[in-house]
Amino acid sequence: MSTGSFINIGERTNVTGSARFKKLIMEGDYATAVEVARQQVESGAQILDVNMDEGLLDSEAAMRTYLNLIASEPDISRVPVMIDSSKFEVIEAGLKCVQGRSVVNSISLKEGEAAFLEQARIVRRFGAAVVVMAFDEHGQAETAQHKFEICERAYNLLTRDAGFDPWEIIFDPNIFAVATGIEDHNDYAVAFFDATRMIKERLPHALVSGGLSNVSFSFRGNNPVREAMHSAFLYHAIRAGLDMAILNAGQITVYDDIPEELRERVEDVLLNRRDDSTDRLLAIADKYRDSGEAQKKSDPKWREASVEERLSHALVHGITDHVIDDTEEARQKAERPLHVIEGPLMDGMNIVGELFGEGKMFLPQVVKSARVMKTAVGHLIPFMEAEKKAAGDTSAKGKILMATVKGDVHDIGKNIVGVVLACNNYDVVDMGVMVPTEDIIARAREEKVDAIGLSGLITPSLDRMVEVASEMTRAGLDIPLLIGGATTSKKHTAIKIAPAYKHGVVHVDDASKAVGAVSKLLSKERKPQYLAEVSDEYARLAGGMTTRERPTTPIAAARANAFDPGDHVPERPARTGMIVPEDITIAELRDYIDWSPFFWTWEMRQTFPAILDDPEKGETARELYGHAQAMLDRIEAEDWFAPRAALAIWPANRDGDDLIVWADEDRATERARFHMLRQQADKRAGRANMCLSDFVMPVGTPDWIGGFAVTSGPEVHEISDRFKAEGNDYDSILVQSLADRLAEALAELMHARLRREYWGYAPDEAVPNEALIREDYRGIRPAPGYPACPDHTEKRTLFELLDAQRTTGLKLTESCAMWPAAAVSGFYFAHPDAAYFGIGRIGRDQVADYAARKGIPVSEAETWLAPNLAYDPAVPAKDALRRSA
Amino acid sequence: MPDTGTPATSLEAHATRRILVLDGAMGTMIQAEKPDEAAYRGSRFAQHNSDVAGNNELLCLTQPDMIRGIHKAFLDAGADILSTNTFSATRISQADYGMEDLVPEMNREAARLAREAAEAVATPDRPRWVAGALGPTNRTASISPDVNDPGFRNVTFDDLAAAYGEAARALIAGGVDLLLVETIFDTLNAKAALYAIEGLRDEGVAVPPIMISGTITDRSGRTLTGQTPEAFWASVSHARPFSVGLNCALGAGEMRPHIRALAGIADARISAYPNAGLPNEMGGYDETPDETAAHLGEWAEAGLVNLVGGCCGTTPEHIRAIAAAVEGKAPRPIPDRAARLRLSGLELFEKGAGAGAGEAA
Repeated sequence: MSTGSFINIGERTNVTGSARFKKLIMEGDYATAVEVARQQVESGAQILDVNMDEGLLDSEAAMRTYLNLIASEPDISRVPVMIDSSKFEVIEAGLKCVQGRSVVNSISLKEGEAAFLEQARIVRRFGAAVVVMAFDEHGQAETAQHKFEICERAYNLLTRDAGFDPWEIIFDPNIFAVATGIEDHNDYAVAFFDATRMIKERLPHALVSGGLSNVSFSFRGNNPVREAMHSAFLYHAIRAGLDMAILNAGQITVYDDIPEELRERVEDVLLNRRDDSTDRLLAIADKYRDSGEAQKKSDPKWREASVEERLSHALVHGITDHVIDDTEEARQKAERPLHVIEGPLMDGMNIVGELFGEGKMFLPQVVKSARVMKTAVGHLIPFMEAEKKAAGDTSAKGKILMATVKGDVHDIGKNIVGVVLACNNYDVVDMGVMVPTEDIIARAREEKVDAIGLSGLITPSLDRMVEVASEMTRAGLDIPLLIGGATTSKKHTAIKIAPAYKHGVVHVDDASKAVGAVSKLLSKERKPQYLAEVSDEYARLAGGMTTRERPTTPIAAARANAFDPGDHVPERPARTGMIVPEDITIAELRDYIDWSPFFWTWEMRQTFPAILDDPEKGETARELYGHAQAMLDRIEAEDWFAPRAALAIWPANRDGDDLIVWADEDRATERARFHMLRQQADKRAGRANMCLSDFVMPVGTPDWIGGFAVTSGPEVHEISDRFKAEGNDYDSILVQSLADRLAEALAELMHARLRREYWGYAPDEAVPNEALIREDYRGIRPAPGYPACPDHTEKRTLFELLDAQRTTGLKLTESCAMWPAAAVSGFYFAHPDAAYFGIGRIGRDQVADYAARKGIPVSEAETWLAPNLAYDPAVPAKDALRRSA
Repeated sequence: MPDTGTPATSLEAHATRRILVLDGAMGTMIQAEKPDEAAYRGSRFAQHNSDVAGNNELLCLTQPDMIRGIHKAFLDAGADILSTNTFSATRISQADYGMEDLVPEMNREAARLAREAAEAVATPDRPRWVAGALGPTNRTASISPDVNDPGFRNVTFDDLAAAYGEAARALIAGGVDLLLVETIFDTLNAKAALYAIEGLRDEGVAVPPIMISGTITDRSGRTLTGQTPEAFWASVSHARPFSVGLNCALGAGEMRPHIRALAGIADARISAYPNAGLPNEMGGYDETPDETAAHLGEWAEAGLVNLVGGCCGTTPEHIRAIAAAVEGKAPRPIPDRAARLRLSGLELFEKGAGAGAGEAA
């Protein structure tokens, strides 16, 4: 025989068998009661017996609560549960809480066959195995024969009438106490062994179980003797065929370790070998009182590690036992209590996040880790508040709004992020599912939240998230936006959502990472750098976007959904025709420089001026900025550059997606034509499929467009080459990067003059530089080759109209790049609602139409528009697969 | 006429001879149609007091032609078994739209639409069947939404059983040949469904065979509520289902080890309808029909499957390719039921071999 397949069922989570467990449950100390279950599983219980049969207890509620609690503990709930009660309602309540296949303990023939079968069928409907007590209408069976007869009858009923497979039936032929002093009891153990043998021989596949602790009931208070009795009983019962027993897995002595004298006298009792066996066991019992398993318990090794490692261990394993002491120890070591959170605790949570991401931990464990985190943070809060008070900082702790976007009803992920954030002491305002964008914005304002978290599981939610981001922009919010949910990705966030909102959009993969992100976003010191890092990463991701065939709105439908210019009456320009200003000075341009892109050129992706104070890059940034200013001084004083600009304002009208530039105000002769592209994305109601031409009134209403080409001058190349030749790469790059900035500044300055003076539709406009950079004025100046009009070849028409080579010295290369490189060219649109946008992906239909309008082969159009194609031109249309996105 | 008898027996006979083909993604097909709020509402619900866009099940009532068209497209592609457009047609899920009371009608109509589409192309040699889909609902009976109160649940077993019972009853009334308890991320939810379906039997309802399909959510190889595929099978095997399998969340490439695990343990037919790959960065599915079909064809070679189809992102083209890939390949033989006690928590617990009567000392 082998004990290899013997099943240990943990008995300590039983109010009838454990005084301690009963006390914990009666006092409502479920946290400690759950630890009892953990100890059982850790010490080898393969099934957990849970019993809440206590007269003063609402047993159904207690069963439900306890099973729900251990379901949240993966270390415990990995094993099956034995739902143990003499009341069937309690069993049913328990069965409704467990996802696994459990065991019901027990049903019996006590109230006859009908009641037995009814209960059996219910148990089967829940998919549980069943323990049947050897109990019938006449009471509990004491003899082996009676025990067997009851079991046989139950076996037949269950297999024939209740649909049970025999291996789902477990018989409990009653383990009763022996050595009680009552002579009738002396054969109880033997009767159990014999009944077991009969069941295993005659009822194929049926299993046998028993509650072990009963047998030693007479020796309460003398654990060593009880342990010896249990071990010896098991030894013999397993030989008889016992499959499993309810026992305290932590207190089983190895049979061979029982002292010879004790074992012999215990076996005399169990096997009823002598009339005086009870007396003989009693005679030596006291001698063994102080040995036994309980003394061998020792502290787990992990307690010996450093406090950081202990905290990390506690977080990863979800152990709350020592976390307050450990947190306190860490707090005393740290400069500020916050540093404990941002240091060892977040390090631990990051490990949790990584393990979760790698599939080495799963959700319930993460939630449990969050609870440990909460305990630790809870300990630190009074210290942090005291610190705040001392510093006079009374700002409220962070408040996060969470919502599943409109059209999406999945909220499990969001709930988890919400609870993990709550655990970390953020106030969470959970708006639930299907939340309309407007409600999110309104609530965010009302509650003055510090961040918004959006969740979505289905694909259309991605567009909703973009919509929320855009609306946040429109509403003028400046709080960070977090994006999560199964369908979201860092890449989508980078490409689609982040561009719609400029105050921080961060994709978070999972709950534990959300905490890290939120803590950084809500920390005044860490937010700028974090956002800069994120935007840097997203910019790279957006750059690496690959082309995939995607569905597009048919061009006819997109045109039908064009932007409506409304009843705008275009202002007649103060001047029309060519304007070539001769009064441009570097001094004036310096005020128009946008410095952030300057630092980006130097691979320092952070916004100006924050970058100057950056803890890591600040020093380098300040030095670079100093050098740039010094060089600008020289550029200005020594006339290094001769910036040139050419502008024009032309009578123009929209013709479909084209723009007609008229020869004169008679608007009869077409001088030239610009060909614009239209968005073919699927737009939500109220959003137009934009095309730049839409900003110009159709034929019949006088309107105008502008064009411009500016450069900081060809001199930069010569100067840069000279520095390089001198081995001064630094200044070579510096002068180039400054020339680029000056060209941009010149474009900005010309636009400002156009608005205030040349066209004059905003004569009183006076905005400071910062607003300029935010493009906070009426009108736009999109450039060919950029998102709103991605076809670079339109520059050819533009340059021809501006006579750009003669007026500015700019030339176009065969690939339509401008030389000198420090140059900008583009269009001016004055419509009050004109705004920048990206064309996005366009379909075969528009490309064919566009090529026809331009009079070029489709293949040529495809070459120029390659980054915008929604399809692979190499795949013929008829073979292109229908795809969902 | 071959295969006389009830749909169930003809289904069993066909399933013994060949690998049956399920349909593809209803949701993906609906999305491709781009119904707007007005389309969802139709004229009947023009005045409904909350937004209903996204309530795909409502389309059974407001855009029956769209749903019929999708069914037809999958049938034309070679699907043997259609699943009804009822993934969220339960009282619990419909509460989000305030449309709980339409649940019986939605299920009945969805069953009727699929039935009609199936009947239109069925022949005596090539019958088509309809599986009434019962989705997971949007709540979980096994996880607390409140970490401070891990004992709390925002839905009870009884709520779930009542909701599933109502939906299943209406699906059966609408004429489905199978019930499909699918996309199971919480086995306790599924157990409530199975419990409710058994309850219908007691009421004298002729309950058709049951298909069960779980969802392994990620690389952990577990359901959302933490069960391994083997533990999942132990939890639902009492329903003695027509089939058990996996769908959604994973593409075929990621799903294979978990299908293999189920095939290694379950004495039921094995179904698999993976997504068209993992979602790409933009939330779409990129796996081509040929790619998906190559995986499923290989599973068929390896004797792992009895029913195959597609979940998110799979189009009629995928189904056509899948049907071609498994054509003529033998279905997995159903193994004998293992005569061993199997229990489960998050993991399978199996009474070791050697516990048989003959080995008792």
